[in-house]
Amino acid sequence: MSFIRKPKINYSGQRRNSLGLTVRDYEGGMSTLCAGCGHDSITSALVQAFFELEIEPHRVAKLSGIGCSSKTPAYFLSTAHGVNAVHGRMPAFATGANAAARDLYYIGVSGDGDSLSIGLGQFSHAMRRNLDMLYVIENNGVYGLTKGQFSASADVGSKAKKGEVNEQRPIDPVKTALAMGCGFVARSFSGDKQQLLPLLKAALKHRGFAMIDVLSPCVTFNDHEDSTKSYAHTRQFYHPAIDADFIAPREPIRAGYDEGQAVPIQLHDGSQVLLRKVAPDYDPTDRAAAFTYLQRCEQQGEIVTGLLYIESGRPTMHDINRSTATQLRDMPYEELNPGAAALAELQKRFR
Amino acid sequence: MSELVRVNDFVIKLANVNGTGSASANSLLMKAIFRMGVPVVGKNYFPSNIQGLPTWYEVRVTHEGYMARAGQVDVMVAMNAQTYAQDLAEVASGGYLVYDSTWPRTEQLQRDDVTILGVPLARMANENFEGARARILMKNVCYVGALAALLDLDLDIIRELLEQTFASKPQLVGANLKAIRLGYDYACEHFDCPLPLRVAALDATAGHIMIDGNTAAALGCLYAGATVGAWYPITPSTSLMDAFSVFCHRYRIDEQSGEKNFCIVQAEDELAAIGMVLGANWAGARAFTPTSGPGISLMSEFIGFAYFTEIPAVLFNVQRVGPSTGMPTRTQQGDLLSCAYASHGDTRHVLLFPANPQECFSTAVEAFDLAERLQTPVMVLSDLDIGMNDWMVPELQWDESYRPDRGKVLDAAELEQMEEFYRYVDRDGDAICARTLPGTHPRGAFFTRGSGHNEKGGYTEDAAEYQAIVDRLARKWETARTLVPPSIVEEQGSDIAILTIGSGDGAAREARAMLAARGLGFDYLRVRAFPFDAAVAGFIERHQRVYVVEQNRDAQLRTMLINDLAVDPEKLHPVLLYDGLPISAGSIVATIENDLARGAAA
Repeated sequence: MSFIRKPKINYSGQRRNSLGLTVRDYEGGMSTLCAGCGHDSITSALVQAFFELEIEPHRVAKLSGIGCSSKTPAYFLSTAHGVNAVHGRMPAFATGANAAARDLYYIGVSGDGDSLSIGLGQFSHAMRRNLDMLYVIENNGVYGLTKGQFSASADVGSKAKKGEVNEQRPIDPVKTALAMGCGFVARSFSGDKQQLLPLLKAALKHRGFAMIDVLSPCVTFNDHEDSTKSYAHTRQFYHPAIDADFIAPREPIRAGYDEGQAVPIQLHDGSQVLLRKVAPDYDPTDRAAAFTYLQRCEQQGEIVTGLLYIESGRPTMHDINRSTATQLRDMPYEELNPGAAALAELQKRFR
Repeated sequence: MSELVRVNDFVIKLANVNGTGSASANSLLMKAIFRMGVPVVGKNYFPSNIQGLPTWYEVRVTHEGYMARAGQVDVMVAMNAQTYAQDLAEVASGGYLVYDSTWPRTEQLQRDDVTILGVPLARMANENFEGARARILMKNVCYVGALAALLDLDLDIIRELLEQTFASKPQLVGANLKAIRLGYDYACEHFDCPLPLRVAALDATAGHIMIDGNTAAALGCLYAGATVGAWYPITPSTSLMDAFSVFCHRYRIDEQSGEKNFCIVQAEDELAAIGMVLGANWAGARAFTPTSGPGISLMSEFIGFAYFTEIPAVLFNVQRVGPSTGMPTRTQQGDLLSCAYASHGDTRHVLLFPANPQECFSTAVEAFDLAERLQTPVMVLSDLDIGMNDWMVPELQWDESYRPDRGKVLDAAELEQMEEFYRYVDRDGDAICARTLPGTHPRGAFFTRGSGHNEKGGYTEDAAEYQAIVDRLARKWETARTLVPPSIVEEQGSDIAILTIGSGDGAAREARAMLAARGLGFDYLRVRAFPFDAAVAGFIERHQRVYVVEQNRDAQLRTMLINDLAVDPEKLHPVLLYDGLPISAGSIVATIENDLARGAAA
């Protein structure tokens, strides 16, 4: 059995958030992934993000498809509903769930196979609809569960464990998201929790589709010397273009930032993302410029990370539908049924 | 030449070119007869094309109120020179052919036993109307005028219909009436009107409407309280979601705020459409998707997922001719097996089989109740004949006391009282477990997974735990058997019987009457759901020979009967009609008589 219940250890003096919950209350089952898997670091960052945002765990819907990454929703928020949908089809399931119950937080965890191969269409269309959800791609360039085939995000020249060299160009989720009109596009690294955590928090508070591509090395099949998705390679060519800090509505803005370079971005609930440019010529509100910058860095073999594009206020699926504020699943039946008299009246035109 | 004297019992077929606006003229003709109190059956034989190809519309006038295609043509209105030869050949001996004699075709249109009636339709339209489009449309209305004279239709009723149709564009009423008059006057002047084949007012349509099954099914979804619809356009199911959208825009928009109490998502493909439907049902809304055969093929993986994870869903499969792309605008019952066992592994799905638009309405409502009660996908299998043709059915009724059966869903208060909640525990012995909706209560959380799971909802690869789940699903199938709508049974103690399904009903009933007139009494059963209810096995046991009438090549219903009920295959004689046209009584009678003759000879 590969599900192991994680013992919950409570000790006095644990930090509690305003809901009275500790970090432990945001955890899930024990991970069954390989020791050192990047995905577990992402899970840990997610636990921290939900805890710090003080979100009630049961108000979250966790969704995933199939693959190593898709197992991870079982490893956080044990008191939230979760779904392992079929391979590559999590976005559709999330779309329907969100259509029915719009008040929940939606988080989808996917992988490069799930989102860029079998599910590329659904991934793209969820962004086109601007579904209100956080979508994390745990990207390791390889198929783990089927033991080591290249995925669609494998870089040209990257060598598989058995020696085969990839010659096909990769599909970059960041550039795909920019092209699909996504309003929150970020890239990070499972090994950089300091960067990842505020990105996750900002993404959860962003209204609309927020895509974070997290490079997450596969220690078993893609962490060797000639891999471009290894810990070593990622660290060597890591290029933070822009750092983001998430600031909750009531938090005072912490000192220490160079005011001249910090750009505050307001989110819909009053919280802020404070962006600090690491690369002086980077503008994260200019989609075309972001694309060009990425392209340039890619040619130099650099992996650009950070909150690479943000656009608040794009209409979501429900905005475009002009949906009622009441969740559709909560609409009283009496308000949905036009009644017998209306049916009789309507049928006059069928005479 | 023999003369057919038949009042209120004949068939008019209109041969048109598609994209010329003939549909509204043909509908006017049929509605006029219907409003004269005479039952009608309308069948549309249209191409998978937008403009320029042959298309036919058939109106059966039937004082006895039969519901099927007649299988012969008495009056042909030939408006498409491309199909003249074929159209003339189809007319029954003693019948009539009306054509546009602006370009006389006396050489080509020759048959000793058919009366050719030329009306210069294009010339009249060109002389009286301006603009190319108006002339094309009015030419069609002119032939309705000519038919009004030939068949003795009530001009006041035609006027009333036009006034209602063009209520928002009154200037069109005059033009249409003028076109009617042109055709009418021409026919009166040149022919001996009315023909021996004609319409005489009756009182046999009161309390009835003319409606297609897709519209009726959409109404069923509306009245069942469905709020989420996801779909990918596909013929012949598209008009179901179109109608749902129209009804929602009419009845589900808040007057003050303009906000919608519904969400219709046009998905990127059928894989996504069913995913959305499952997500919405999982989150607690009533959600559905309309599709057709190819859509079911694409949805199959998710259908199996929903079966195994026990998520309710309602699907409408408006069947068309397969395999593959097949003939998208022709009818068949070819998806029975692919729906019954959709997806890999051991799966079985609840199917409902409406026989006409009235049942599409009531079955749609039942489908949502069953899906939520049984926590499983329920597929409503209609077909192009039911879905897209206008049928005369009793007015739809709504019982105001109806409330949705949402099945076993635990709310926050119930979860608060519980020590612990596990998703797949069969507490009631009916193999249906309680579910919870996301966001309700921390104790209600569980993980929905298509991988092996145990009764606590946990992942498992344990042999016994896995088997306990699939064995319970098999027991749930038996619960479903007790909940699905029962078969319609008409038994008079005969040892031979007809058993049919869905749109086979009208033709099978008419065939039964024809056979009875020849001294052969057949008992009758129509299945309305899969799994088959308890009545079916007993019915088959009580009869020596059961003719299973269905519209596919491979006797799929017969296979399902054998599979689900373990009945003696020898008793089940297939009657298979699958050319894509709506089924007619004559073809059933011919097949049965052949089989009986073979049986007698052996």
